[in-house]
Amino acid sequence: MVVFDKPHALTDAPMHYCPGCTHGIVHRLVAEVIDELGIEGRTIGVAPVGCSVMAYNYFNCDMIEAAHGRAPAVATGVKRADPENHVVFTYQGDGDLASIGMAETVHSAARNENITVIFINNAIYGMTGGQMAPTSLPGQVTQTSPYGRDVNHCGYPVKVCEMLSKLDGPEYLERVTVNNVKNIKNAKKAIKKAFQNQLDGKGFSLVEVVSSCPTNWGMTPKQALEWIDEKMIPYYPLGVYKDRSAEKEEA
Amino acid sequence: MADKVLMKGNEAIAEAAIVAGCRHYFGYPITPQTEIAAYMAKRMPKIGGCFLQAESEIAAINMVYGVASTGKRVMTSSSSPGISLKGEGLSYLAGADLPALVVNVQRGGPGLGGIQPSQSDYFQATKAGGHGDFRMIVLAPASVQEMADLTVKGFELADKYRMTSMILADGTMGQMMEPVSLDFEVAPAAEKPWATTGTKMEREHNIVNSLFLVPEELEKSNFERYERYKYIEENECMWEEYLMEDADICIAAFGIAARVSKNAIVEARKQGIKVGLIRPITLWPFPTKAFAAAADKVSQFISVELSMGQMIEDVRLASGCKVPVTLCNRAGGMIPSPEQVLDAIIEAAKGGAK
Repeated sequence: MVVFDKPHALTDAPMHYCPGCTHGIVHRLVAEVIDELGIEGRTIGVAPVGCSVMAYNYFNCDMIEAAHGRAPAVATGVKRADPENHVVFTYQGDGDLASIGMAETVHSAARNENITVIFINNAIYGMTGGQMAPTSLPGQVTQTSPYGRDVNHCGYPVKVCEMLSKLDGPEYLERVTVNNVKNIKNAKKAIKKAFQNQLDGKGFSLVEVVSSCPTNWGMTPKQALEWIDEKMIPYYPLGVYKDRSAEKEEA
Repeated sequence: MADKVLMKGNEAIAEAAIVAGCRHYFGYPITPQTEIAAYMAKRMPKIGGCFLQAESEIAAINMVYGVASTGKRVMTSSSSPGISLKGEGLSYLAGADLPALVVNVQRGGPGLGGIQPSQSDYFQATKAGGHGDFRMIVLAPASVQEMADLTVKGFELADKYRMTSMILADGTMGQMMEPVSLDFEVAPAAEKPWATTGTKMEREHNIVNSLFLVPEELEKSNFERYERYKYIEENECMWEEYLMEDADICIAAFGIAARVSKNAIVEARKQGIKVGLIRPITLWPFPTKAFAAAADKVSQFISVELSMGQMIEDVRLASGCKVPVTLCNRAGGMIPSPEQVLDAIIEAAKGGAK
């Protein structure tokens, strides 16, 4: 009896992620959802620029590598090319989605573009070696905030779910994390809902996954997972920030 | 639609794109090309197409990248400052070998510049559309009919060679009205087995990508792309020659500058000056052969441009600097008058025949 297997939607390519990085977990969750919904054959993923730039090697569905921050615009094109058949997701980090691609993020949400966005928030630029991200916490030490993020000098972190929840457009916004089994299960539920919403034609669904970067946080994988609970979650509270369909049902 | 209809140049581009099978347009408003967007906004919903006003030119070109990835014909249009913003996307389209049509209805620059006609994006279009080694097919219409013809041609070439075709027009071409026929034989779309339309669980996954971290692989992709460019240079050059058979002076001009120059040539011929015109229709590939051949016959070239002199460099290169190449120009949104060009011709004629 097989008790554990690789989802079909993941390729056999060995991932390049650092030990303890949570990208691997989130990739797997996305792939499991694609398998369970039976949509691999019509799914097109859009990879970002950042640590997950090579996500196109890891998913078995058709994949596109976008310019930095532009994944939601590219996904818009792919979706509009065949709205009935294409299932489109972007997979983006915090620098990609909340800094250089902020306009694309906000406007695809405002349009309620019928796509699924997986947003990895690990409060740092990983690929370039640990610089301050738009989501780096106040006081957080990074390569480009060596004395800690000074909010008087470079401002405050961007809370993406909170910000987007003020728009009328988006269908569904939820923040989850993957630092323990219970949270991983919740994260999968949210990711599945974000894809199901697209299949149901409901529109823009974004799941923010509070993630860890042990390498650039300068921690062990275990410490990093604990730091999520201690520092990240208090600043980035988990939960559903918008669920228009649920709101309608309540009303 | 065999009959001719009176249309603005911008509208002719839009309708020709639809005739060519383009059903996706993304753009951001900017003068003097907004008629294209307005036309598409009206027409696309009626024919099952998609017009979407993007939040920026950057978003628009990336939406183009998305549709192009699925193999469908797609376009965007803008004017000079907006094209600068699209530069990133143009580079990625080239790196991922995606076909697309991009229209630049040029206005004066640099910076915000003005809104009057210009040809000062010649360098940008033909040599430096964005970072990295790449080319675009650059088509320069000189009439409303050519705005339509070259739009169809642009889509066909883009598909054939998996690259961007750019219509390099100017504010005059965009705004002027002329009779135009939209009765086209459009070549059937090429097979696109590389497109990301979903595997349907029947094939390996396709990847649209411009990232090559291994330098040997990136170099290989560059060399392969330039092999294709070489083929295009040998096979796709288009130009018009006007009264060149006995010409002693050759004007080089494209777009509206060529129209003005023809008027001046007619006047000069009345005065007994043997002057002709080579009008590049493809700015890249540049019709080098035409200028090289002319360089053996004429005593002088005059490059007539709505810029500070950009195409003149290619005329010098193509003619091997065998004879003088002078510039007759206006800039910043001004257009040379036929009188100005005539004066330049008379001045050149004083230099004496070869």
